Amino acid sequence: MSLYIDKIKETAERLLKDGSVDMVIGFRKGSVPMMNEPCFIQKPQEVHQLVWDSNCGINLANYLTDRKEKIAVVAKGCDSRNIVNHIVENKIKREKLVIIGVPCTGMIDKRKIAGMFDKPIDAVTEDGDIILVTSAGKETRLNKTDVLQENCALCIHRNPVIYDELVGDLIEEQTGIDRYAEVRRVEAMSPQEKWQYFEDLLSPCIRCYACRNACPLCYCPTCFVDESRPQWVGKSQDPIDTRTFHFLRAYHCAGRCTDCGACERACPVGIKVRQFTSKLNRDCLEMFGWEAGLTLDQRPPLDTYKPNDPNDFIK
Amino acid sequence: MKVISIDKTEWANGIEKTKSIYRLFGPVKENTWHSFMPLGPGEQPDMAYGNSRLSPKFLVHPQTEPMFEYNLDEKQADHHVLKEIPKDVSPKAIIGIRPCDASAFLLVKRNFDTPTYKDPYWLTAYNSLTLIGYACNQPCSTCFCTTAGCGPFHEEGLDAILVDAGDRYLLKALTEKGEAYIQSAGWATSAPSDADQSIEKLKSTAEKAIASHVSTDKLRNQSTTQLYDAPFWEEIAFSCINCGTCTYSCPTCWCFDIQDENHGKCGVRMRNWDSCMYPLFSLHGTGHNPRGAKAHRVRQRFMHKLKYYVDKYDNGIQCVGCGRCIRLCPVNIDIRKVCNQMNSYDPAACVCPV
Ligand code: SF4
Ligand code: SF4
Ligand code: SF4
Ligand code: SF4
Repeated sequence: MSLYIDKIKETAERLLKDGSVDMVIGFRKGSVPMMNEPCFIQKPQEVHQLVWDSNCGINLANYLTDRKEKIAVVAKGCDSRNIVNHIVENKIKREKLVIIGVPCTGMIDKRKIAGMFDKPIDAVTEDGDIILVTSAGKETRLNKTDVLQENCALCIHRNPVIYDELVGDLIEEQTGIDRYAEVRRVEAMSPQEKWQYFEDLLSPCIRCYACRNACPLCYCPTCFVDESRPQWVGKSQDPIDTRTFHFLRAYHCAGRCTDCGACERACPVGIKVRQFTSKLNRDCLEMFGWEAGLTLDQRPPLDTYKPNDPNDFIK
Repeated sequence: MKVISIDKTEWANGIEKTKSIYRLFGPVKENTWHSFMPLGPGEQPDMAYGNSRLSPKFLVHPQTEPMFEYNLDEKQADHHVLKEIPKDVSPKAIIGIRPCDASAFLLVKRNFDTPTYKDPYWLTAYNSLTLIGYACNQPCSTCFCTTAGCGPFHEEGLDAILVDAGDRYLLKALTEKGEAYIQSAGWATSAPSDADQSIEKLKSTAEKAIASHVSTDKLRNQSTTQLYDAPFWEEIAFSCINCGTCTYSCPTCWCFDIQDENHGKCGVRMRNWDSCMYPLFSLHGTGHNPRGAKAHRVRQRFMHKLKYYVDKYDNGIQCVGCGRCIRLCPVNIDIRKVCNQMNSYDPAACVCPV
């Protein structure tokens, strides 16, 4: 990790000094355990603020659009895939970006860790694959692999897919991972069980839309839930409106979602929002052999038409 | 007022008895967090909790509050007439509310109960409540109540305060409502004469355990326009995703939006929580948005809480230091940092790159 940090700082300083970029977007240390804060650095003498550790789960691709500056961005595997999405969808121009790639070893799940302790957590540090948690004055050692965010544990694209700089050697990707066990578990339910499952899943939702706002895919100037003329969805706590929001949002992400986990991480009430997108990701993989954000040369399957489409309904 | 001593084995029984008079709400564990929930027969508040994930403000100011109903069917005599939806005025009690959250009700009351305007929904709900507070022996690291006009044993806004004294609870009535609740529970054992001292001791330990603080002394004398134009907003706002979590989870945020919702020819006029962090909040009918950029919205949230409110009410900041926005913000925007930055802002020392 510290090697990564040195390299990130060094690269950021060089790029700012030689004028290749106007700002570097990365992370600075947060004010509470297991949180870092996205930040921008414009002066070479401020690069010391930049950090890197297992608390950099926020997707920085979200901070790149609609800006005039030439930007360098620190990007782990999933961020880089969302950057690819942005480029393919004309949200940013490749030449306005310098991508500082970070081969990622996964981000830790702050809720899972908090849930393992009775008392509040005072500090969390890390040493390689060991996470050291201090709670009520006592230090506990955890294996990082046991406390990864679910999407990170299932990730097979930890290396950035595009980059201009690299802060460490590429790492070996995880293999033999069963990424869609959860999807199969839900698929196997009876309609009644599914109904109940989704009802329970969404019942704590306060419709703050943090999940949507944290997601780099959700960049519509006005989201359909916010439209008032016409008003597609009611704005109260009516469960039908809440479900409408979730189902429609998930479909808007079909073939685009990189499973970065930003949505789930942001939700203040801990809803497993990825339950929806994972299913669509799996369908895209099975139907079109497609995973989002891996290539600049192809558009996502749901916004293209091919005469040889395997599905009959479209012909 | 007098302090009652409650053996922990008598606690549940007393709570149960009060249910014949009050509808009770209390902290209930769900997965790894706590929420304020109705306590049905046999259900007890979980007194091992720190604080609830979302604030209990929804018990007075629900996220969705139906106010009127109407019908648009011209065959009906009362078509196009708004009819008030009856409200539940029966007595309710919140057991175990933390002092900061109770104090937040008083703060919000300044807005909903003014000489000119009285919000009937808010006031009806608030007046039907008895607040049995629960002093915090072990504040958490994000609590900064002692410098936000409140404290772990703060009594103002509560009807009674419960203190965990190890093998027993000490319960002090603070108002007549509090007395009435205690009577209905049948708790009547007077605490030993040194109870007040034990409470004082726990209180000072708890206050010392509050590790974070904000400085607010200079906010009032800061010039509003200079703070508004301060160069730091862009940097503070950068990471914000305008999700509104900070405002929805906050016990002192009070903004709402009024909506009509029709189903066929019938409809309901309701109010729903709204948030200054949303672009729609300030969007004009013309399409113009005076807070069109993220930085404007972030500035509004902090200027309202830490400057406009301070100036308008001369009663401290619009924050009780519960720390929820700090714990829940997905990008770690920390009001303590912002407050200190605003408080210590010195425009003269600021070298602007103009
Ligand atoms: S839907 Fe969730 S997991 Fe998918 S790209 Fe958006 S934030 Fe990431
Ligand atoms: S972030 Fe969570 S609570 Fe907010 S809208 Fe999304 S699922 Fe609902
Ligand atoms: S919770 Fe954080 S990210 Fe969300 S609106 Fe508030 S300050 Fe912004
Ligand atoms: S602003 Fe934050 S700390 Fe202050 S009362 Fe609201 S949620 Fe609590």
